[in-house]
Amino acid sequence: MKSKPISLVLATFVALASRAQDTDLLKGVADTTPKKEYVYGAFKSTRVIMSHSIEMLRPGVLDFRILHRFGNVNQGISEFFGLDQATTRLGLDYGISNNLTVGIGRGTLKKEVDGFVKWRIIQQSTGPKSMPFSLVAVGGSTVVGAPWSDPARKNLFSSRLGYYGQAVIGRKFSERLTLQLSPILLHRNFVELAADPNDLFAAGFGGRLKLSKRVSLNVDYYYVVNQNDARTELHNPLSIGFDIETGGHVFQLHFTNAIGMNERAFLTETTNRWGKGEIQFGFNISRAFQIAKKKT
Amino acid sequence: MFRKNLIILSGLVLFATVTNAQDRYFTKTGQIDFFSKAALEDIAAKNNTVTAVLDTKSGAMQFSVPMKGFEFEKKLMQEHFNENYVESDKYPKADFKGVVANNAAVNFAKDGTYNVTVKGKLTIHGVTKDVEAPGTIKVNNGKVDAASTFNIKLSDYNISIPAVVKDKISNSIKISVDTRLEPFKG
Repeated sequence: MKSKPISLVLATFVALASRAQDTDLLKGVADTTPKKEYVYGAFKSTRVIMSHSIEMLRPGVLDFRILHRFGNVNQGISEFFGLDQATTRLGLDYGISNNLTVGIGRGTLKKEVDGFVKWRIIQQSTGPKSMPFSLVAVGGSTVVGAPWSDPARKNLFSSRLGYYGQAVIGRKFSERLTLQLSPILLHRNFVELAADPNDLFAAGFGGRLKLSKRVSLNVDYYYVVNQNDARTELHNPLSIGFDIETGGHVFQLHFTNAIGMNERAFLTETTNRWGKGEIQFGFNISRAFQIAKKKT
Repeated sequence: MFRKNLIILSGLVLFATVTNAQDRYFTKTGQIDFFSKAALEDIAAKNNTVTAVLDTKSGAMQFSVPMKGFEFEKKLMQEHFNENYVESDKYPKADFKGVVANNAAVNFAKDGTYNVTVKGKLTIHGVTKDVEAPGTIKVNNGKVDAASTFNIKLSDYNISIPAVVKDKISNSIKISVDTRLEPFKG
């Protein structure tokens, strides 16, 4: 009789010992130290809508971009709410490395060719030595291809050129929310009026709110700081739209008051106003092709 | 009686801890591939960062698979895999806890290839399912190669395929496990 409680204790011990053994085989084997992990998927595309986003192309990816803006929606049914007119830009972007993307494009507005180099200096990350934000630098150039407005005047090729430099600072705050700030300096060699500044400063704001796995709401806005105040017809560009992603495609459907589809054009030639219903429906289609393949 | 029990108890505890260390084989660079044949394009990925442990005494087995360790040829596919399909931020790891059902048939002291059946619980995307798969255990020079190939259904693990690509992505995924385990000196 004396041995009964002891046997019970013994049985319990054995049971505990064997349970501990079969539940944690990985103990002492699995590496539990946290690793540095880069944050991806801050935006669905390399553009918020008009602006460069903090998102880069992966190396070896060619992104074919078709940008399309219809006419003003307030023209009514006779112009089919603007759908009878169109402005387009065709572009090719390529990811040279994880942190370097280049691109070229041509738009119908002023028959302009534009190109850019985009370099990610800092990538947001988690874990040890984490970074709370991403920092991207963009440098670009534009060449107006349209005929001179006054062919009689002595026209220089350099007058066709414009340049911009931009810093994009952004953070993916959560799975759903990404915000970015993008100050930009635009230089035009040739301006329309003597009072127009050659160097234009603007502050860009961009954001994404993920609504579902494949759909997000995007907002893209620029406040032009030193616009020539006499040019009351010029306004700040604002675009609001949805990103819809289906595998290799991203469709960006949006409304905007900017007809221009490069930095020079939308910062200096946006004459439409949201308040007056002078907005266009537009879409950007991004189709990514993996050109160079990584050996696995 | 008390003394006898005590001896048995200490014996058992000692035995459990000693064998535990000696009989464990492990790897941190195990390989798991998956492949899916589809109308649009084949989907294939490779992961070389799998942690696996096998207790040769009991046949108990455990795998830990970091989802972000899967490498795709197409980087965009990899991004979609992590973001839209397996949701790696929410479910960073897949796990398998199981046992070699016919462990007694394997002689870990003798070189050779043994056919085994592995049974256990596989957790992917936060969903746990019972799985059973045939495999081989190859004992060679004190090392143990464990390999298996089996199929899973995405729908079993609440991994949804969007309607637009439903016909183009297969619900059935072939998983190949290939690990070289070495004695664990803990």
